[in-house]
Amino acid sequence: MTITDETIHYVAALAKLELSGEEKEKAKKDLGSILAYMDTMNELDTEHIEPMSHVFPIRNVFREDVVANGPDRDILLSNAPASKDGCFMVPKTVE
Amino acid sequence: MKSYETVIGLEVHAELATKTKIFCGCTTQFGGEPNTHCCPVCTGMPGTLPVLNKKVVEFAIAAGLAANCTITQHCKFDRKNYFYPDLPKAYQVSQLYLPICRGGGIEIETGGEKKIVGIHEIHMEEDAGKLVHDPWEDCTLVDYNRCGVPLIEIVSEPDMRSADEVIAYLEKLKLILQYLGVSDCKMQEGSLRADINLSVREVGAKEFGIRTEMKNMNSFKAIARAVEGERKRQIELLEYGKVIVQETRRWDDNKDTSFAMRSKEDAQDYRYFPEPDLVPIEISDEWLEEIKNRQPELRDEKMLRYETEYDIPAYDADIITGSKKLADIFEETVALCGKPKEVSNWLMVETMRLLKEAEMEPENIEFSAANLARLVGLIYDGKINRTVAKEVFEEIFKSDIDPVQYVEKKGLSMVSDEGILRSVIEKIIAANPASVNDYRNGKEKALGFLVGQTMKEMKGKADPGLINRILKDLL
Repeated sequence: MTITDETIHYVAALAKLELSGEEKEKAKKDLGSILAYMDTMNELDTEHIEPMSHVFPIRNVFREDVVANGPDRDILLSNAPASKDGCFMVPKTVE
Repeated sequence: MKSYETVIGLEVHAELATKTKIFCGCTTQFGGEPNTHCCPVCTGMPGTLPVLNKKVVEFAIAAGLAANCTITQHCKFDRKNYFYPDLPKAYQVSQLYLPICRGGGIEIETGGEKKIVGIHEIHMEEDAGKLVHDPWEDCTLVDYNRCGVPLIEIVSEPDMRSADEVIAYLEKLKLILQYLGVSDCKMQEGSLRADINLSVREVGAKEFGIRTEMKNMNSFKAIARAVEGERKRQIELLEYGKVIVQETRRWDDNKDTSFAMRSKEDAQDYRYFPEPDLVPIEISDEWLEEIKNRQPELRDEKMLRYETEYDIPAYDADIITGSKKLADIFEETVALCGKPKEVSNWLMVETMRLLKEAEMEPENIEFSAANLARLVGLIYDGKINRTVAKEVFEEIFKSDIDPVQYVEKKGLSMVSDEGILRSVIEKIIAANPASVNDYRNGKEKALGFLVGQTMKEMKGKADPGLINRILKDLL
């Protein structure tokens, strides 16, 4: 599969990235070689192999249902670009 | 006009009744000052890692078992990616590839007919935050208190054909979740909300029509109206030879119609992939068995038990078990004071009347079983009569007062001192010679008048039986 200009445009839009012409060309090349690698993988028969989602053989890491956090609003909001009335303030978002 | 069939499937989101959020130890309590139920994990700070709340898995399994699903014993989470400020991480942790429950069904009954609504799957995910538009700064303010509250999404098959079936399904689902203790299902707090997928097709057609989705409906009434309204809108389009656009629509209950929100052209691409920060879940046979054994009594079983154990009519059992809250109060009260039929009456008649007056749901009842039990005690000990009891119950309903103290403070006890009553009655007889004569001449009705006069004089605080007896005695 080759990466077209449309694909780069679409993926960039999904990731909310604004790419320069030069960056687009580079991304096109990089994504192309990643996909080429996938093509190599596709030559193997993986019919009965369970897809691996995690590298480590760890299962069932749980927390008990006990409240452990107290309010820390000032600290949290100090990370916000802007805040008002105890809320994170972001550009107007209407769907 | 051709005849059409409506095809409806629901996606129901239920907030789970855990104490803490799905991936961090923040409280799930409703409300609170903005951003005070938050931590670095649920506000998506870089470098934080989620740790799964075990209770969420157990609740999801319990719901799945009650809905006759197969439990996915090897399951995991996935990321659903999208940019919207109600999700600080820019993805929602959800389940796409291996949802925890699959392929069940729930039996519903409408108009005396039973049918199974298939459950496609149930998956676990996190809720999002709340956005408020600030008109002064023309910006959006975000409160993440609800962000990370655990949800299960219950996806039905497109098996419903009418608003009645939709409501029957939702009511059944709500009761199952409440009885399991998995969710409180308070619709006005958004802990149960439904997305409605609806299409119409000509009767007999094999293919489904093009469907629309109405999101986040949280009242049964609005849902019923939305189903009706959207069905009509789609049929009208087809009748005029127009096409239905696959889109998300918002139901406006005031205008009684729906509006397009986003159309397929900018359909979202969520780019799901396995969540690398959470390890897979392995549900052993033993764990599953343990949860199965812990499943509480559900509504149908409870109804039968009420009839046999408490000897109350099926009609009463049906109404009381129709709300988990009512059933809980009923059992607790009867455990304290016995008299199941008396308790059932207070719940079915007075409680229902007051709920209706206050436009409240049984889930919002705030009085305690202890105070209702005390009230029943006062009646059976002959301390207050029924008229006074109703008055006292209104106070219990409003502010959960202790009826024993209340009756004492307000001096509402019945006067059981025969001497006092007798002297009052003597006065009444002396003051109403005409009625006395009527009674002596065989007019039974006149006695009722004299009882009424005595009751009035006693300000309602007397036992009508006793007044009757003394009156007859003196006459």
